[in-house]
Amino acid sequence: MKELRLMKGNEAIAEAAIRCGVDAYYGYPITPQSEVMEYLTAEEPYKTTGMVVLQAESEIASIHMVHGAAGGGKKSMTSSSSPGISLMTEGISYLAGSEIPCLIVNVQRGGPGLGTIQPGQADYFQATKGGGHGDYRLIVLAPASVQEMADFVDLSFELAFKYRNPALILSDGAIGQMMEKVYLPEQKERLTDEEVAQKYGDWATIGKSPNKERNILTSLELQSERQEKHNFHLQAKYKKIEENEIRYEKINCENADYMLVAYGMSARICQKVIQLGKEKGINIGLIRPITLWPFPSQVIKESANNVKGILTVEMSAGQMVEDVRLAVEGKVPVEHYGRFGGMIPSPDEVLNALEQKLIGK
Amino acid sequence: MEDTIKIEDIIKPENIVFEKTSCLTDNVLSYCPGCGHGVAHRITMEVVEEMGIQDQTIGIAPVGCSVLAYDFMNIDMQQAAHGRAPAVATGLKRVYPNKFVFTYQGDGDLAAIGTAETIHACNRGENIVIIFINNGIYGMTGGQMAPTTLPGMKSSTTPYGRNAAMMGHPIKITELVAHLPGTCYVTRQAVHTPGAVRKAKKAIRKAFENQKLNKGLSFVEIVSNCNSGWKMTPVDSNNWMVENMFPYYPMGDIKDE
Repeated sequence: MKELRLMKGNEAIAEAAIRCGVDAYYGYPITPQSEVMEYLTAEEPYKTTGMVVLQAESEIASIHMVHGAAGGGKKSMTSSSSPGISLMTEGISYLAGSEIPCLIVNVQRGGPGLGTIQPGQADYFQATKGGGHGDYRLIVLAPASVQEMADFVDLSFELAFKYRNPALILSDGAIGQMMEKVYLPEQKERLTDEEVAQKYGDWATIGKSPNKERNILTSLELQSERQEKHNFHLQAKYKKIEENEIRYEKINCENADYMLVAYGMSARICQKVIQLGKEKGINIGLIRPITLWPFPSQVIKESANNVKGILTVEMSAGQMVEDVRLAVEGKVPVEHYGRFGGMIPSPDEVLNALEQKLIGK
Repeated sequence: MEDTIKIEDIIKPENIVFEKTSCLTDNVLSYCPGCGHGVAHRITMEVVEEMGIQDQTIGIAPVGCSVLAYDFMNIDMQQAAHGRAPAVATGLKRVYPNKFVFTYQGDGDLAAIGTAETIHACNRGENIVIIFINNGIYGMTGGQMAPTTLPGMKSSTTPYGRNAAMMGHPIKITELVAHLPGTCYVTRQAVHTPGAVRKAKKAIRKAFENQKLNKGLSFVEIVSNCNSGWKMTPVDSNNWMVENMFPYYPMGDIKDE
């Protein structure tokens, strides 16, 4: 039976990591996600499951430690918050280029720069459009509850290893800090070295046995023709991910006159907006992208056939709204409402914005 | 025709007196003729062969001239971002404590952009080997000033010589890491003469033996030449190295615990 607990989102990530058999966590403290490493160091999973937990000297070192361990075919992860993720983008680009599966968690805070320690959603571009240098994509999952903070750890690793690609959980300081009940998965065994060799021996650097070719993990190719070929290979893989891995949730979308599009904390707020709308006689639906990349463009495009207008709600100056507009292709008005710099919009002000920007027109 | 001489008639197994280690590939080295990297690669891989650990050894390649070390070393390897090799090695070694993990890094990689990763891997006493090639210059990018460039030494970014008052002093990172309790063996070697090669190989062997004994981090610096970057003949560059580099970077063990 699944265990029920009351936990912070950050703690749920840490506990889920232990339970889904993660081999290594490398991290560096930053608010508002420090509970992830604090929880792990208190739990001492190296004494139970054998999971490595190590505090690195920087976010840069953390992500490259993940490179080393994940390059050995081990389930490896790190977590940070916005400024720390900026430092990690170097390593993330290398991980994507070398096709090393791993998990990165970003519990976003408001920016830019050092910004604030309060929640934000202004790293959407960074997470979904690359962030680091070069043409690459991350599989990006956006949890909207403490339960999903726990559930998406295992899912991220499943997808990361399926496609040999880094996955990123894009959360925010509100989901990370708030407490909710969460059903925890049962403890999974970590893979043994032999099982890792059997499953990932065709690419992981675990030592060259006499009867097989050596494995090399590199993102370097000095011959442009071959580097281009590698890029074509990556693009083909990304296309496959787009075809197979889009996830989203539709709430109250049947017969809705207006559509909200929001992820993470903003999606939670929008659920209340639906309720407030009903009280006022406005029929509002919500599309919640669960994968921010690949982005659920098709379902948003289809929804535009049945509604009078779409409002995206983000704790940013408007980032995801660009993808929504691309999906909708101008069929109906797409407006954005956002608070940022650590501010969280209230359901009332979102409904107000919807009325002013879409209905009042 | 029966009297045609074939290669097998000349090179017979019983006549072979020296073979390249099987831990090196047959790829042609991309290093400039006269450069010390080739010898450093060879003695490192000879140690791996002699210890019988090819199947348990993973190398971490740096950025710089030896970025393509994985083309020449016949082992599993990861190529790290500039300066990050000690972090990559840390991550890998922590999940495979029984395997052998080493980094192979140049001076720009290890002592400039990767200073934090170097110091902290040493300070944690990661049970790995760091092989540090110090030729006082950024070779791959065209001979710019390195953190180890000597005062007065010309490079493409110090065309009038390194002015220590303006550009800082060459860093003796090997002496620096010797102060950290996490290092068990810190030594400075060279590969410019047969005697030096033998000593350097002994040092690398000791470093790998230390890893086998879980003693902590072994740090082997090899002071080397860069005849192309220094704009000298190989012979002149080696002489210049002995006369100028060795007094600043003295040979021998700094720490052996």
